[in-house]
Amino acid sequence: MRKIKELIIEKSLLSSALVTIAVTLGIILVLAIEAFRFFSEVSIFDFFTDTQWTPLFTEKHFGILPLLSGTLLTSFIAIAFALPIGLSISIYLSEYAPKAFRKSVKPLLELLAAVPTVVYGFFALVVVTPFLQEIIPNLSGFNSLSAGIVMGIMIIPYISSLSEDALHAVPDSLREASFGMGSTKFQTAFKVIVPAASSGIIVSIILAISRAIGETMIVAIAAGQQPRLTLDPTVPIETITAYIVQVSLGDVQHGSLEYRTIFAAGITLFVFTFLLNTLSYRIRKKFQEKYE
Amino acid sequence: MEIIMEKPIKEPKILDSVIDTSLKKTHKIAVNGAKVWYGDFEAIKGIDMTIKANTVTAFIGPSGCGKSTFLRLFNRMNDYVDSFRMEGKIKIDGNNIYKKKVNVEELRKEVGMVFQKPNPFPKSIFENVAYGLKIQGIKDKKFINDRVEKALRQADLWDEVKNDLKKSGLALSGGQQQRLCIARTLAVEPSIILMDEPTSALDPISTAKIEQLIFELKKKYTIVIVTHNMQQASRISDYTAFFYMGELIEYDKTKIIFTNPSIKQTENYITGRFG
Ligand SMILES: Nc1ncnc2c1ncn2[C@@H]1O[C@H](COP(=O)(O)OP(=O)(O)OP(=O)(O)O)[C@@H](O)[C@H]1O
Ligand SMILES: [Mg+2]
Repeated sequence: MRKIKELIIEKSLLSSALVTIAVTLGIILVLAIEAFRFFSEVSIFDFFTDTQWTPLFTEKHFGILPLLSGTLLTSFIAIAFALPIGLSISIYLSEYAPKAFRKSVKPLLELLAAVPTVVYGFFALVVVTPFLQEIIPNLSGFNSLSAGIVMGIMIIPYISSLSEDALHAVPDSLREASFGMGSTKFQTAFKVIVPAASSGIIVSIILAISRAIGETMIVAIAAGQQPRLTLDPTVPIETITAYIVQVSLGDVQHGSLEYRTIFAAGITLFVFTFLLNTLSYRIRKKFQEKYE
Repeated sequence: MEIIMEKPIKEPKILDSVIDTSLKKTHKIAVNGAKVWYGDFEAIKGIDMTIKANTVTAFIGPSGCGKSTFLRLFNRMNDYVDSFRMEGKIKIDGNNIYKKKVNVEELRKEVGMVFQKPNPFPKSIFENVAYGLKIQGIKDKKFINDRVEKALRQADLWDEVKNDLKKSGLALSGGQQQRLCIARTLAVEPSIILMDEPTSALDPISTAKIEQLIFELKKKYTIVIVTHNMQQASRISDYTAFFYMGELIEYDKTKIIFTNPSIKQTENYITGRFG
């Protein structure tokens, strides 16, 4: 009787694992098929070199670069904002803060990641942009700067929390060794603990980048819908994700070339985040070996 | 002659009155009325002791009697324990290291420490040994190279690692790692080296190497070593201190402690008839 019960449990666990894998593969398959159809009509070369993205206009251009630049620009701003803050927080919490403080602040920080992104998007549009316009008068109502900054706020806990985990996992024996050599707290933190946790910190940064690249709501609301190949953070742009939302919600006919652009854009996005995840997986594996 | 070996000490109370810790210039370390608490728990219950320069002193005693706590008073490593509190004076070269003005970082350059479990940094062998110099702001490459080589030679590790100084310190064997930690400590040229059970995690051959090393090092350094290994204490130390429940029970020349201890508890402990 007990055996049968165990068997049922085992099989149902196995089948849910298989379903997950099947769904993932299915998504990738659909992406790939639709993207393949798209590329049978638009050359890959044009896709990667054309500097305009106007599939919904009469004069159509299918250059992904403007969307890509929009995605990278907002992500870059987000990381540039979140990295120094997130790292400082993690080092403070792990190396300086009293235990009780650390215990209560960490979950609070993680709340930042739990705020619905639509709230962040609105926050960027109706609070941050008007505020920044006081400082930068020619800032457009939609721009990558405020979207990027607010996205940065959202990903701070990815960096601070995961980096703090990595710093905290560094054995105390290394802190003792460093203090025993006559290091100050600051030297111990930056010359011993941070380097020792570097792989974990890098993984946290990669995950944060990955999260920023895939973020949709904030950029769709606050960064605009104007594909534009630019590094200017003050003007409206469009990211890959925002474009996908725009077309999905619009009245483009299913099965048309315009419709398939979202799969081409989607697979580009997928390749990026896949590469980043693979990279973080590799680093994490190497990191594990080091301490075993 | 040292006061501590004048007569067999019958009781710690006698020890208190006999030793005038403040006046002895030849004493590298002088402890005066040291008491330690962790919260309400009194871990060290008033100890007086002097340690002479260029000797090896062994601390022995049952687990939990306060050997590590007492040893870590000498480089103020207990300061990191939140509940730690101490009373009394610890003088090194005549200066009380628990005075307010004392720069703890400077103190630890004078008083190095080797820990129970080898704890090299996850850096290259070279960077491990150069670490103490670099945090002092020393930039001179040649100076650092020379010191690293010298320290590795002193720690009897040079020949084994000279061709792969760039290799990670963690890639070495346990015994090599511990010698690396010793080299790392030697590189900053302290005058005192504290060792807390430095061989307890090592195999017999590595242990023998480190014992040999300690024997060599005492020409230049004052060494205080905590050990649970009675043979080790008798082989390598000049003086042995027996602790029990936070008190210094007997402290004398190692030969005397191991052949003719004057207190019953000491005898019971070293003969293994303890508790
Ligand atoms: N950080 C701490 N907080 C509270 N109590 C402590 C702390 N460190 C040590 N103690 C207590 O102080 C006493 C002495 O500990 P200590 O580590 O100095 O003993 P020891 O002689 O080195 O023992 P061992 O041989 O097991 O290493 C023990 O009762 C121990 O439980
Ligand atoms: Mg101990």
